Amino acid sequence: MNEVVVALAIGVLGGSGVWLLLRPRTFQVAIGIALLSYAVNLFIFSMGRLRIGAAPVVAAGASANPAAFADPLPQALVLTAIVIGFATTALLLVVLLASRGFSGTDHVDGREPER
Amino acid sequence: MEHLAIVPIVLPLAAGAVVLIVDEGRLALKAAIGLGSALVLVATGIALTMLADASAVTVYRVGNWPAPFGIVLVVDRLSAVMVLLAAVLGVASLAFSLARWQRAGPRFHSLVQFLLMGVNGAFLTGDLFNLFVFFEVFLAASYGLALHGSGGVRVRAGLHYVTVNLAASLLFLVGVALIYAATGTLNMADLARHWREAWTGDRVLFEVGGAILGIAFLVKAGMWPLCLWLPGAYSASSAPAGALFAILTKVGVYAVLRTGTLFLGADVAASPSPGTPWLVVAGMATLGFGSLGVVASQELARLASYCVLVSSGTLLAAIAIDIPALTGAALYYLVVSTLALSAFFLLVELVERGRRPGADLLAVTAEAFGTESGPEDDEDVNVGAVMPAANALLGVSFAACAIMLAGLPPLAGFLGKFAMLDALFQGDRVPATSWTMLALLIGSGFATVIGMGRAGVRRFWAAPGTPRVRVVEMAPIVLLLVLCAALTVQAGASMRYMNAAAQALHSPTAYIGHVLGQR
Repeated sequence: MNEVVVALAIGVLGGSGVWLLLRPRTFQVAIGIALLSYAVNLFIFSMGRLRIGAAPVVAAGASANPAAFADPLPQALVLTAIVIGFATTALLLVVLLASRGFSGTDHVDGREPER
Repeated sequence: MEHLAIVPIVLPLAAGAVVLIVDEGRLALKAAIGLGSALVLVATGIALTMLADASAVTVYRVGNWPAPFGIVLVVDRLSAVMVLLAAVLGVASLAFSLARWQRAGPRFHSLVQFLLMGVNGAFLTGDLFNLFVFFEVFLAASYGLALHGSGGVRVRAGLHYVTVNLAASLLFLVGVALIYAATGTLNMADLARHWREAWTGDRVLFEVGGAILGIAFLVKAGMWPLCLWLPGAYSASSAPAGALFAILTKVGVYAVLRTGTLFLGADVAASPSPGTPWLVVAGMATLGFGSLGVVASQELARLASYCVLVSSGTLLAAIAIDIPALTGAALYYLVVSTLALSAFFLLVELVERGRRPGADLLAVTAEAFGTESGPEDDEDVNVGAVMPAANALLGVSFAACAIMLAGLPPLAGFLGKFAMLDALFQGDRVPATSWTMLALLIGSGFATVIGMGRAGVRRFWAAPGTPRVRVVEMAPIVLLLVLCAALTVQAGASMRYMNAAAQALHSPTAYIGHVLGQR
């Protein structure tokens, strides 16, 4: 049940992200990238197998039985991915605003399509 | 000496950080720090190349944890020569920017240093996730450099560039996560060992992860049809940025080559390289697409961008056809074509400088040159002397670039292509791919001759007027071309080195053993 919920969440986020990424307005593209990166972050996290009530860090003095712990590596990876994704999305927002300022439109091609 | 392997990463990081806190007004100090760092990187690159040539594989354990658990940097012949190449381009680009481009934006020197750091890290790392991190480092710096000089055209091209590469980075992460889920490790040598030995894990998951990872690399390498962002972004970027970007597609090619030989090499018992036939076709398609683009380009900067695609396509097709001698020749071609492309990107700006924007015909708009917003205003702030006989020197350099990129004798481009063809036509039965590759290589050379010849005639013979060129701008171009000439003269030695690198890539047991074995 747990897996189904997470898989659905990743699927919905990823699908919405791809759809928005392909839209013609720069703001939609930015939101699309953000949603996609959420989906990817959840995906990385779930690649360490979903565990409930298991700590990723071995407590001092406890026996280091790997079966009793969650996999810490994907959690570390996802932390890095979140930071990098956040920074690059912020950068995309700046470029988006600059493009709006230069072209006077929020279309991704910098000009409105001819009707 | 044992810490030499970390220098190409730590030094530009420190230099970039120091440059950040130097006051805006002290441009000379910033330039001195940046250029000094790049020069030390060249020296480090030379030292690493000699080290790699002497002892094949050197492993640097960051934090001194043993290999599958800790992070490792691996210096072998290929990564050492790539680090050296990046440093040389860094010096050329920084020297060129001294004349005017460094004044076009406040963070230019830091961005160049961080770009060099990311590129070097990507070449040296032995770990897939660190490869991702270093990719992001140099991509983030390249986003800044692509926008350097600002202006509407650059920002629009930059928007596409940033978006495409962000999406590709997400694919990279998905691929890495899948590979981790299938194997439980991200160390490249450990993965290769898993793949080679009897391994009961989920092969399909691993292959899917590898395929997605490959797509992320190929977007960076500029494979058709994933390369449509490239001509716009590269031709809109400023000259020093374009000269540095010449190495970025090669990072993608490097990643394909490194992971491809580790995971899909001929000695892998399991499946006979599921992706490689596709890569041969895709590389050839890129080569064809690039050649058409070269013929169709009206602007010089666009022509240069399509030359990047020709070079990428040649390399992708050559490394996908699994012959060690061919890979060696392709590596030689990689180095010389990157040097020539970098010189050409710098040259384009000088050649176009003397011309009125919009003097070109057809599809060329005034703003496409990006000159309306460039730092042309401070024309009077002279750094160095104005070049005498500029037109003659520019013409000769242009001709040299054309000969290099088209692969005409006597320069190194011809030697690279000839060595590739020689490797293709070994043995009794010559497969159809070799003939196709022969046709495409010669065809692309012909297309380049037509495109560059037409552009050269129009720029140098038909249009009067001498552009104002400074010595400090001409020097990096001459330096890069002299390096090409040196590689032509020293073709025997460099080809021997490249062949040794290719041999090591094609039998990676030494690599795997060194990374995992020693404690």
